[in-house]
Amino acid sequence: MSTRVFGSGIRRREDPRLITGAATYTDDYTLPDMVHMVLLRSPHAHARIKRIDTTRAKAAPGVVAVFIGTDVEGALNPMPCAWLVPNSNLKVAGYPCIAKDMVRYVGDIVAAVVAESPYQATDALDLIVVDYEPLPAVIDPEKAKQSGAPQVHSNVENNVAFHWTVTGGDVDGTFQKADVVIKERIVQQRLIPNAMEPRSALAHWSGASGELTLWNTTQNPHIARFLCSVVTGVPEDKLRVIATEVGGGFGSKIPAYPADFITVFCAKKLNRPVKWTESRRENFQGTTHGRDHIQDVELAATKDGKVLGIKATSYSGMGAYLSTAAPGIPTILHGLMLSGPYDIAAIREDVYGIYTNGTPVEAYRGAGRPEATFILERLMDMLAAKLGMDPIDLRKKNFIPKFENGHTVATGLSYDSGNYAGALQKLVDHVAYKDLRRQQAEDRKKGRYLGIGISTYVEICGLGPSQVAGAVGFQGGLWESAIVRFHPTGKVNVFIGANPHGQGEETTFAQIVAEEIGVDVNDVKVIHGDTQTTPMGWGTYGSRTTAVGGAALVMATRKVKEKAKVIAAHLLEAAVEDMDYKDGKFFVKGSPDKAKTIQDIALMANVAWNMPAGVEAGLEASSFYDPPNFTYPFGAHLAVVELDPETGQIDVRRYVAVDDCGPQINPVIVEGQVHGGVVQGIGQALWEGAVYDENGQLLTGSMLDYALPRADRLPDMEVLSTVTPSPHHPIGVKGIGEAGTIASTAAVYNAVIDALSPFGVQTIRMPVTPERAFNAIQEAKAGRR
Amino acid sequence: MYAPEFDYYRAGSVSEAAGLLRKYPGSKLLAGGQSLIPLLKLRLAAPVAVIDIGRIRDLKGITVKGGTIRVGAMTTHAELAASSELAEQCHALAQAAAGIGDPAVRNRGTIGGNVAHADPASDLPAVLVALEAKLTVEGPDGKRTLDAGGFFQGMMTTALKEHEILTAIEIPAHSKGQGSAYAKFAHPASRYAVIGVAAVVTTSGGKCSAARVAIGGMVPRPVRAASVERVLAGQELSAENIAKAAGQVTESLGNEVLGDIFASEQYRRSVAPVWVKRGLTQAAERAR
Repeated sequence: MSTRVFGSGIRRREDPRLITGAATYTDDYTLPDMVHMVLLRSPHAHARIKRIDTTRAKAAPGVVAVFIGTDVEGALNPMPCAWLVPNSNLKVAGYPCIAKDMVRYVGDIVAAVVAESPYQATDALDLIVVDYEPLPAVIDPEKAKQSGAPQVHSNVENNVAFHWTVTGGDVDGTFQKADVVIKERIVQQRLIPNAMEPRSALAHWSGASGELTLWNTTQNPHIARFLCSVVTGVPEDKLRVIATEVGGGFGSKIPAYPADFITVFCAKKLNRPVKWTESRRENFQGTTHGRDHIQDVELAATKDGKVLGIKATSYSGMGAYLSTAAPGIPTILHGLMLSGPYDIAAIREDVYGIYTNGTPVEAYRGAGRPEATFILERLMDMLAAKLGMDPIDLRKKNFIPKFENGHTVATGLSYDSGNYAGALQKLVDHVAYKDLRRQQAEDRKKGRYLGIGISTYVEICGLGPSQVAGAVGFQGGLWESAIVRFHPTGKVNVFIGANPHGQGEETTFAQIVAEEIGVDVNDVKVIHGDTQTTPMGWGTYGSRTTAVGGAALVMATRKVKEKAKVIAAHLLEAAVEDMDYKDGKFFVKGSPDKAKTIQDIALMANVAWNMPAGVEAGLEASSFYDPPNFTYPFGAHLAVVELDPETGQIDVRRYVAVDDCGPQINPVIVEGQVHGGVVQGIGQALWEGAVYDENGQLLTGSMLDYALPRADRLPDMEVLSTVTPSPHHPIGVKGIGEAGTIASTAAVYNAVIDALSPFGVQTIRMPVTPERAFNAIQEAKAGRR
Repeated sequence: MYAPEFDYYRAGSVSEAAGLLRKYPGSKLLAGGQSLIPLLKLRLAAPVAVIDIGRIRDLKGITVKGGTIRVGAMTTHAELAASSELAEQCHALAQAAAGIGDPAVRNRGTIGGNVAHADPASDLPAVLVALEAKLTVEGPDGKRTLDAGGFFQGMMTTALKEHEILTAIEIPAHSKGQGSAYAKFAHPASRYAVIGVAAVVTTSGGKCSAARVAIGGMVPRPVRAASVERVLAGQELSAENIAKAAGQVTESLGNEVLGDIFASEQYRRSVAPVWVKRGLTQAAERAR
């Protein structure tokens, strides 16, 4: 009999194939008669296309076809936006798959070349002549909103794509009567996700049957199928999307992209399989970016440190077009979370979504929640400094008290469960916080500048009830489904609609089944990522795969178990209500020696020689699980950084995370998710940031200039946890995919300010490069003179 | 990222490579490929032919003879970093090589390719200038030897003439009381030197009898910091004296200090003394 595997850190079964390079990604597939597509992308951030001459390219060796905007017009519908945030005067500007008259960002697609080899296609790319009339460009979302700024879309006044507000409580009254008001400007710089696998599509069209197969690197193959059908007109029933192996996404593989549909268009037009894979350089320009907000934020408090209100205005850059889910990120996933783990009665945020001449922006790990956490955690530290309080004490004073089943906050959300003080206390105890502060003071006397930074957080994930999705304008459902199928030998296939792409659910979902029905974990194989074999699902993002898809799997497995019990009762000639179950065995209460194993029952159900009357053959069940609420994981993180006062260089010396994602199915996988998430957040604080010049050229367009975190710049992490189950989830789990990113940027930033504070530095832009820290020190010194 | 079409030749010897260079004007030598291949893939270079000299045996390896270290041009950075001879007798070179790029780059990239490419952000040019290395080049007019100090003429520009091939680098092994080090402010993305300081310190009777400092990364070609060397010579190697000497570096930097979006010219000038101080301090420790 199997040992208990739920909660045990068994090895990820995904790893052998991923680590040894045996995994098969979209680009690894080659089909007979396949041709290769490359894209000509705009070198201008904003220009009118006056003329395109493809004559020489079409005549180049190996070239099969060249297509421009007018060729796809009519055949490809405009790109849809799928998060139509209500009450925001949302203006979805025209987003053609191939630009026809205007290009609006460096990377906008202008032409597609199809050739027998990628080399020939690339050669021909250089032969296309495009006559551009460059126009002024704007990248900064705040500047883009000002009158007189370049207009990205002629029919969107002041580039305002939407204006969304959230209000809870009496904000104006609160700020009027507050003893203390803290103000800050926060710039959440634009980030470039850089999944390890670049984006790729391989389209196979069968003209004879009218069927399309699209291999596509996506976090949500069913949404990709849905949107592909909308744009290309291929009916959903004849459209198969395969995304069984996806090399990371971090949000950038949620949206549908023009390139995917141009690939489909070419395959249909040429009746040959067409493959497109972006280069890394193309990935920097053409795959969605994240963040890009300029925020003016304010906090109101009493003089003894009770926080009364938060208000904020955010200018959120959307890039040149609205990507699939983009409008929901700085609004629903951000503004509603503005009170975080604190009891704050008055909240208001105005969010302006702004078109700019940058690459379209999408979800990026954490998506809205890191930004909300940053606002709060920054303001908390500023308030602590102003009042001379310790940042820990201030946070404790303002936490929502421990609750187990629902707590409604000012923005109207109802958190599921939380013990924020518990997580922070665990952190404080683990690091011996007072000693740490004492040590810091001693080091400072010796000329060592260490900074200690705290961030607590609560996040909204497990997206979410479909009714809420509809209410907030998300153009899809947010339930998940699972099928559990027992084979005659007792082995199990699980088919899920979600699409894990590195998170480890092939392992953890097998652990769920093993826990629920007592099979060996190695007898369960989890299948995902192919719309032809898996049931409908809404995708892997927002830390929802385990929180929602995992719940669907639990429910499906329990249905199988119910049926198995009926069959067992029949085989044991007992009444169903007299049956008992333990560790994969069904038996009459009190007679565990005479049991039927789940394998016995699977065999009988499949051969069906002796089934109870009225019971169908087979041992299989499906569940479509729509969660009653979101889940709200939380935690407390601490970073210790060291400032080199001579050069301004900052290094992370220590990182401690306490996260509460509910019961952990596999603690090693939880730890891995925290590691990766924390590193991405540290990246934002210290190294990463897209830089454009005044003409809208992306200056950080390659790995030479865009600094991703590197292992040798990072400390070993100390990962701890507390366990507060979600009251509404069948096994209490909440989700852990984004927690690290949500907490770590603020924790590290607060540590940086703490390290810089002896010099009088109170604020600094991210990423905190050595030059920025050095200059801040010099300026603070000069200011004090 | 697909390179344009080119012909590929693999040379079995230096003379064969030289012949191919003459035969195919507009061709490029391929050593470890860590600079050329990206340029090809980005289509910033489109040579008619690529002549691979990476497998010429004579160009590989490190030998020490009579106080001179000879490094074949096709010796990889990983080999430099792992060399016990270099670690002892020419520390700065081994130290700098160990910090180039990442393991994949170090396993393919060669000292000859790196030096002949003369990227101002490279580590090795400054190191060779500080070590007063001699570079052996072979060409149609036979062999000649160039001082590292004169080899680097500007950004991506060297004293190599058309059809000449860099074949070896000779470095005087450290004598007793001599030590060297390389202090690098690495770009967080590329790992190239934002500021690279190579220092060689010679001690005698507890004092610094001579110091050689070369700066790379922040200037179009490595420069000797004569202003620093002058101040330190004859002084005790105290922290104060080193810092005082390092402070003089600005004078040697000239007016062509580079700046970019990560580190401006002004910032690099401001912190250059710190990195010089660190290079000298490490070198002085090794000299004792």
